[in-house]
Amino acid sequence: MTTLMEFKNVDVHYGPIQALKGVSLTVEEGEIVTLIGANGAGKSTLLMSIFGQPRISSGEIIYRGEDISQKSAHYVASHGLAQSPEGRRIFPSMSVEENLLMGTIPIGMDHAEEDMQHMFGLFPRLLERRNQRASTMSGGEQQMLAIARALMSRPKLLLLDEPSLGLAPIIVKQIFQILKDVASTGMTIFLVEQNANHALKLANRGYVMVNGEIRMTGTGEELLVNPEVREAYLGGH
Amino acid sequence: MSQAVGINFKKSSIDALIAGFMALVLFGPIVGVVLDGYGFNTEFGKVAWMIAAVAIGRFAVSSFLQTEKGIAMAFRYANNNDGVEVLPPGHKSKMVWVIPLVIVIGLLVPFIASKYILTVIILGLIYVLLGLGLNIVVGLAGLLDLGFVGFYAIGAYGLALGYENLGLGFWSMLPIAAIMAAVAGAILGFPVLRMHGDYLAIVTLGFGEIIRLVLTNWASFTHGPNGVSAPLPTFFGLEFKRRSRDGETFHEFFNIPYDSAYKYMFIYIVLFAVVWAVLFIKHRLVKMPIGRAWEALREDEIACRSLGLNHVLVKLSAFMLGASTGGLAGVFFATYQGFVNPSSFTFFESALILAIVVLGGMGSTLGVVIAAFCLTVLPEMLREFAEYRVLMFGILMVVMMIWKPRGIVRVTRTGFAARKGVVK
Repeated sequence: MTTLMEFKNVDVHYGPIQALKGVSLTVEEGEIVTLIGANGAGKSTLLMSIFGQPRISSGEIIYRGEDISQKSAHYVASHGLAQSPEGRRIFPSMSVEENLLMGTIPIGMDHAEEDMQHMFGLFPRLLERRNQRASTMSGGEQQMLAIARALMSRPKLLLLDEPSLGLAPIIVKQIFQILKDVASTGMTIFLVEQNANHALKLANRGYVMVNGEIRMTGTGEELLVNPEVREAYLGGH
Repeated sequence: MSQAVGINFKKSSIDALIAGFMALVLFGPIVGVVLDGYGFNTEFGKVAWMIAAVAIGRFAVSSFLQTEKGIAMAFRYANNNDGVEVLPPGHKSKMVWVIPLVIVIGLLVPFIASKYILTVIILGLIYVLLGLGLNIVVGLAGLLDLGFVGFYAIGAYGLALGYENLGLGFWSMLPIAAIMAAVAGAILGFPVLRMHGDYLAIVTLGFGEIIRLVLTNWASFTHGPNGVSAPLPTFFGLEFKRRSRDGETFHEFFNIPYDSAYKYMFIYIVLFAVVWAVLFIKHRLVKMPIGRAWEALREDEIACRSLGLNHVLVKLSAFMLGASTGGLAGVFFATYQGFVNPSSFTFFESALILAIVVLGGMGSTLGVVIAAFCLTVLPEMLREFAEYRVLMFGILMVVMMIWKPRGIVRVTRTGFAARKGVVK
C-alpha cells in the first residue's frame, strides 16, 4: 500500500487560539480512515485545512508526494481531492442534476453524462428526483446528493465531514451502507464523524481527536472495544 | 386547499365598500376638486364614476378569489416559495416570436415618435443598460453593490474628459470607457473579495461616493461642479451639428434640412443595438460555466469553495462585466446630455438602479428591462407629481416587497444539462 495523504506535525491557529496541535496522521490508498472526536475537537478544522481554509501555521500536508498545504482550494480540488462539506451545503435552487454538474467544476464536463449515470446507479433515489429542486428533498437525500456531488469530480480521496449530521438513525444507517458500497469500488475515504459507533464499524483505521491532538489510533475494531473510547464516545456500554 | 367553494357575497361587498371608501379619500381631492383661476369647481360626477369603478372592480376580484380558480391563483401568489424556477434543459420558450417583433417596433420608434418621447426612451434604455449591468453583480452573483453609479460616472466622464484631453470621440471612447470601468470594477472587486452582504454593501457605497467626491473636488482635471461638455457621436465621420468647422455635417451630406432630432435618432439606434448586444451576451453567459458559477456563488459560497471553484475569478468577472456595462451606459448618458457634472452621480442613482434590479426580479432579464422603463419613463410622464417621485418609489417598493417579493418577473432559467459525454 502507498500513502495517499499524510499530515506531518500540523499546527493550526485561529488568532491566538491553537486549534490543531502537532497533528500527524496517514491515509493509505484504498482505506477507509475515520477521525472521531467531540464537538470542537478540531475535526472540521483539520479537514478544511486540506483546502487551505484556514492555512496551517506549521507542518506539512503531503498528498501523493507533494506538499499541498499552501496550494489554493481549486488546485487541491482539481488534483483528486473531493469534499462533502459539513452541513451538506447543496445548492438549494438548483435541481439535483445541476448540483451534480456543479461537482464537475474541477475536472470539466467531459465525463459528466457518464458519471451522472454512475451516480444514479449508486443512489437510485437521486434518479427519481433528478429534476427536482434540491431544497425540496429530505435531509438524507440531500446528504446523498452532497456525497454524489463530491464523487462527480472523480476523486482519488473522498473527504466527508459528518455525513450523519442531523439525520434520523435509520437514514444514518443507509448513508453508511452507501459509503461501504462506494468504498468497495476502491475509493479511499477519509471520514470525520461524531457518530463513533457507525464510523468505527465502517473504517479500517481510526484516529481519536481530543482538544486538537490525536489521542489514540488503531484499527476500527480495536477502537470500538477500547474502554476509553467506549466511555467517551459510545455511551459507556 | 380543499375548502368548500361558495362565494361569500357579504365578504365581497364589505371589500368593495372599503375599496370604494379608499377611492373616495384618494380621488376626492385629486379629481373632484379642479382649480379654476382663484376658485375651484367640484366635479362629483367624475369622482362617483371612479369610486363606482373601483368598488365594482374590487367586488369582482373579491368574488373571483373565492372561486376554485381564484383560490388556486391566490395560493400560487401567497406561496411564492423562494428561489428560482427551473425549466427543463433544452426548453424553448413559445414567446420567441416576440423578439423580432420588439426589434422591428424598436427600429420604427425614432421615425414615429416625437423628439421628446425619443429622449425619454433613450433615458429608459440607458437605465436598462445600468440595470442589466447591476443585475449581473447583484442578481446573478449575489454581491450587493451600492456604488454602481461610480462605474456609470467613469463611463460618462471617460467620454467627456477623453474628448477634452485626448480628442477621442464617441466611437473610440465607447470601448475604452467599458474597459476603464471594468478595470475600476477589478480595483474595487479585489479588496472586497473576502466580504459578504452588509460589509460589501458599505464598501461599495463608499466607492461610489469616492468617485463622486473626486469628480467634484479635483477641479483642475474634472472642472469640479461646473462639469464638462461631452461630444456627440458621429455618423461615419459626419457630425450632427448645424455647422461644422471641419468637414461636412450630416444634414449637408444628405442634403436635408437641419433637425436637432437626428442626433437623438442616431443615439437611439446605436443604444438600441448595444442593449441588444448586452442582452445577447448576458443570455449566453448565463448558460456558460461562468454563469453557473455566479449562480452557485450566490446560493452557497462555502459549497463553492469546497468544490474548488476559483471564487476570486468568479467574483471579479461578475464585478468587471457589471462595471463595463455601467461604463457603456455612462458614455451614452454623457453623449445624450452633451454635458456631465458630478450631481448626476449621487447615491440616489445607485439606489434607483438597485430598485430597478430588485423590482424587476433579481436575476431576471425581462423584469429588469420592464422595471427600468417603468422607473424612468413613468416619472417623465407624471411630471406634475415630480415632488412625490421619491415617495412613490417608496410606496412601490413596500407594495412590491409585500406582494411580489421576487420582483415583477420571477426568475426562470433553463436548467443546464451535461454535454454529451466523451467516453474514453
